Amino acid sequence: MPKVTVDGQEIEVPAGATVLQACEQAGKEIPRFCYHERLSIAGNCRMCLVEVAPGPPKPQASCALPATEGQTIRTDTPMVKKAREGVMEFLLINHPLDCPICDQGGECDLQDQAVGYGRGGSRYTENKRAVTEKYMGPLIKTVMTRCIHCTRCVRFSEEIAGVDEIGALYRGEDMQITTYLEQAAAHEMSANVIDLCPVGALTSRPYAFEARPWELKKTLSIDVSDAVGANIRLDSRGREVMRALPRVNDDVNEEWISDKARYQVDGLNRRRLDKVFMRKRGGLKESSWDEAFKAIAKALKGKDKSSIAAVAGDLLDCETMFAAKSLLKACGSTLIEGRQTGMSYDVSNLAAVNFNSTLAGIETADAILIVGSHVRWEAPLVNTRLRKAVKRGAKVFVVGPQWETTYPATFLGNDLALLGNLPADVVDAFKSAERPALILGGAGLAKGALAACLGLVDTLGLVKTDWNGFNALHFSAARMGGLMLGFAQKGGMADIAAAKPKVLLALGADEMNFEPYVDALKVYIGHHGDKGAHAADIVLPAASYAEKDGTYVNTEGRVQYAEKAVFAPGDAREDWTILRALADALDVNVGFDSFAELQAAMIAEVPALGEEGLADYGPLPKADAKAKAEGTIDAYPIKDFYLTNPIARASTVMQQCSAELLHGEEMKEAAE
Amino acid sequence: MLSRGVHPLMADRTPAPDTPELRARWGNFAFTDAWKAKADKAIAKYPEGRQKSAVMALLDFAQRQVGEETDTQGWLPIPVIEYVASYLNMPVIRVLEVATFYFMYNMKPVGKYHVQVCGTTPCMLRGSDDLFETCKKRGMSKGHISEDGLWSLTEVECMGNCATAPMVQINDDNYEDLTAERLDNILSMLAAGQQPKTGTQEPGKHTSEPSGGPSTLKEMVSENHDYRGDW
Repeated sequence: MPKVTVDGQEIEVPAGATVLQACEQAGKEIPRFCYHERLSIAGNCRMCLVEVAPGPPKPQASCALPATEGQTIRTDTPMVKKAREGVMEFLLINHPLDCPICDQGGECDLQDQAVGYGRGGSRYTENKRAVTEKYMGPLIKTVMTRCIHCTRCVRFSEEIAGVDEIGALYRGEDMQITTYLEQAAAHEMSANVIDLCPVGALTSRPYAFEARPWELKKTLSIDVSDAVGANIRLDSRGREVMRALPRVNDDVNEEWISDKARYQVDGLNRRRLDKVFMRKRGGLKESSWDEAFKAIAKALKGKDKSSIAAVAGDLLDCETMFAAKSLLKACGSTLIEGRQTGMSYDVSNLAAVNFNSTLAGIETADAILIVGSHVRWEAPLVNTRLRKAVKRGAKVFVVGPQWETTYPATFLGNDLALLGNLPADVVDAFKSAERPALILGGAGLAKGALAACLGLVDTLGLVKTDWNGFNALHFSAARMGGLMLGFAQKGGMADIAAAKPKVLLALGADEMNFEPYVDALKVYIGHHGDKGAHAADIVLPAASYAEKDGTYVNTEGRVQYAEKAVFAPGDAREDWTILRALADALDVNVGFDSFAELQAAMIAEVPALGEEGLADYGPLPKADAKAKAEGTIDAYPIKDFYLTNPIARASTVMQQCSAELLHGEEMKEAAE
Repeated sequence: MLSRGVHPLMADRTPAPDTPELRARWGNFAFTDAWKAKADKAIAKYPEGRQKSAVMALLDFAQRQVGEETDTQGWLPIPVIEYVASYLNMPVIRVLEVATFYFMYNMKPVGKYHVQVCGTTPCMLRGSDDLFETCKKRGMSKGHISEDGLWSLTEVECMGNCATAPMVQINDDNYEDLTAERLDNILSMLAAGQQPKTGTQEPGKHTSEPSGGPSTLKEMVSENHDYRGDW
C-alpha cells in the first residue's frame, strides 16, 4: 500500500492504483476525457496532467502513471494549470464549438471542463478540420467533427461488448472514428457508447433535438425489459418519458443498459390503451369503467365467485400482482399464474429457480455450463459479466442451439441427455474449477431440465462454503416477484385452462395463449394494445412501469423499488386501483384502501419484499438422483431481441432496430 | 491558407468503395502457394495466440500479390483486407486501422510504377519542384494513374534520405541525388522495361557520402587507417 502526498495531504492508496485514482481518493478533481474506470487505460487525451515528483520536470498524464511509494503529487501548481489550459486549447482547435445545436449541451464533459480548466479563448485562427458523419445504425447519431479521439467507444465495443466494430482509421489529424464500412453497430449494448462519449460526437439518434437536460425531470426507476432489473433513470418532460439512462449499480448493471432498456421508452407513447373497451358484436367498442365492472360482476354472479383466474404479464410490479392475488383470494380463488408460456417447473424451493451466484458473482466463476439460454438476448448485461469471467480465464460450455457469443464458448449440442453424460473436457474443467457455475435458461426450464440440473449440483460440485454456482436465468422482469407471491400453479398454465374459469384477468399478459379460454370473460388489464388486448372481451387501461411506483425482483432475487415518473395517459389508472375498484364491484373485501396499505399487506405476507437487496431463499433443495432430462432444445424462447414485450413492440425505434439490425439482410435480399 | 482535412497533396487514404464490381474482382482473393508460404512463415515468428502481430507483413504480401495479378505496385481492395483479417482471425476493423495508418499500403489502385516524390523541406530546397515538373511532363498527376497505366504519382513526406536530396521512391527502390534530367532518364528506362541503377545518381558517389569525395576520414578511403595516434 504505497503512501503518496497529494497537494500536501498524505494518503495511502491501494497497490496498483494510478496517480489519478490517488488524486481522486484525496478528493481532488482531475479533468479527463479518455480515462474511464471500466475501460482500459489509453492515455491519449492528456487532460489529466499533474505534477509528480520524483520524475521528469514536466507534467505527467496521471491516468497512466502508477502511484508509487513516496510520490509527491501536485494538482494545483501553475504548471498544472498551464498544462490543462494548453491541452484544452489544443482539443478545442478542431472542435466546432456548436454547443447551441449540440444534443450533448448541458451534459458535456468538454463543455464543463472547458469552463473549469480552459483559458477562456482560442488563439487559433486557421480553418478547423471537418469530418463527414458516419453511419452507426438507427440508435447512434454521429457528428464526427466534434470527436476528440478519446477512443472510449472503440475500447467499449472491444472490451465490454466484445464486438469489434468501431475503430480509428487514418492517422494524425486525419484520424477518424468509424464502424467498419459504416455498418450499423449491431449488438445489444451498442448505445452505451453514447453515454461514454465525453463530447457530442455520438449522441442518441431517437432523442436528437428532443429536449435539453435541464428541462427534464429525473426519476429513479428499474428497467423491465429483462429480468436483470437494471437501474435506470427516466428523464421526463410533462407527461412524456423522453429517455432512459443507466444509473450506476455495481451489483446489477454496473453502468450499462441494453439498447432495449434504453430505447423502448418511445413505445410508452404509442399504441396505448387510454380508454375502457368492451367487445360488442365482435368488435372492441369504447365503454365506461362502470359498464365494464358490471359485466365482470355479472359473469361471476351467484354466491360462488371463485371461478376467476389471473395471469400476470412479464412487466408487472409486485404490488399489482399482490393486489390481483388479494382480489382472487377474497373471491375464493387461487388460480394465479405468471409463467404465461406454459412452463411448469417446480417452485417449491425458490433457491432452485434463482440466480444464486449473483450477477456480480458470476464474473468470478471459472467454469460455466449454460443450459438452454441465449444469454446475449435474454440478459445482455449478464452476457457482459460472462465475457468478463472468460477474460479472467473461465471456460464456457453451452447446451443448446448455436448463438453468436462474444467470448470463446464450446457448444456441446442440443440434446438434453448430455446433462446426464457430460463430455470429459467439461467434467475436467469443472473438476479443477474453484467457482463452477451452471446457468439454466428459459429454454432449459421449458424442457423440464430443472431437476436434472439440480442433480448436477453434487456431481459438478457447484455449491461450496462461500459459493453457490446454481443459477436460473429468467428474462421476465416480473418472474421472481411473481414466484415469491405464489404466481405459479403446479401444472402451470395448463392448470388454469383445466379449471375453466368464468373470468380470466390477463394482467398485461401478452405472451399467453388465449385459445383455451373461449368460454371465459377475458379481461385485459394492461397498458398497450397488443396481443392480450386483441384477444380480450374487456380492456381496462392501466399504467406502465414508468407510470406507477412498484417493487421489482430481479433474476438474482434482488428486491428493488421503482418510482413513478409520469402519469398514465387518458383514462388509464394505476393497476392496483383498478383491482381495488373491481373488488368493490364484485362486493368482496381485499383489505387495503391505499397504496401504502397494499404495500404493508404485501410485506406482511412476503417480508422479503419489504427490504431492498437480495432476498434469502435458503439452501438448494435435495436433488432427485433419478432425475433425467430428455429431449432436445430446438430453439430459444426469444425470437427477436428488440420485440420481446408490448412496450418494445409498440416502439418505432425497436421496430426499426429489429427490421434493420436483425432482418436487414433478408430485406436486402428481398429488394434484390 | 491551406485547407485542412485530407491533405490535397497527400495520398487519399480512404479505402476504395466497396462495390459489387470490386467484390466480383477480388472476392475470391486467396494467397498463392508462394505468398502463403511467406505468410505462414511470418506468422510463425510470433508466439501462439499472437498471430495478429503478423498483420503488417501479411498486408504487404497481399498487396504484392495484387500487384503481380494486376501488373502494378499493388493495392489493398476491401475484400483483400477482409481476407487478411480472416487469415489472422482478426476483426476487419482492426486490420483496416493498420492499413489506413501506414502510407506504404495503397488504398486505391496504382500504376505499374508508383512514383513517390519527397516534397519535404530538404528535398524541396534541393529541387523537388523540378522533379514534379518532370513527372507532370510524362502525364502524371498527383493521386492519379497516368493514362497509359504506367505511372502513379504521390507526394510523400520525408523518406530519410535528406543527405542525398532530392529523392524519389519508385516501388521498392530509392533514387537519390536527382535532377530533372536524371529522373527523366530513370523514368525512360523504367518505361522501356529496363532496371536503372538504384540509389544515388551522382557520378562517382556510392552511397550518401559527400559529393566530390569525402571531407573527413580521407585516409580510410583506400585502406583501414588507425587514427588513434593523431589524437
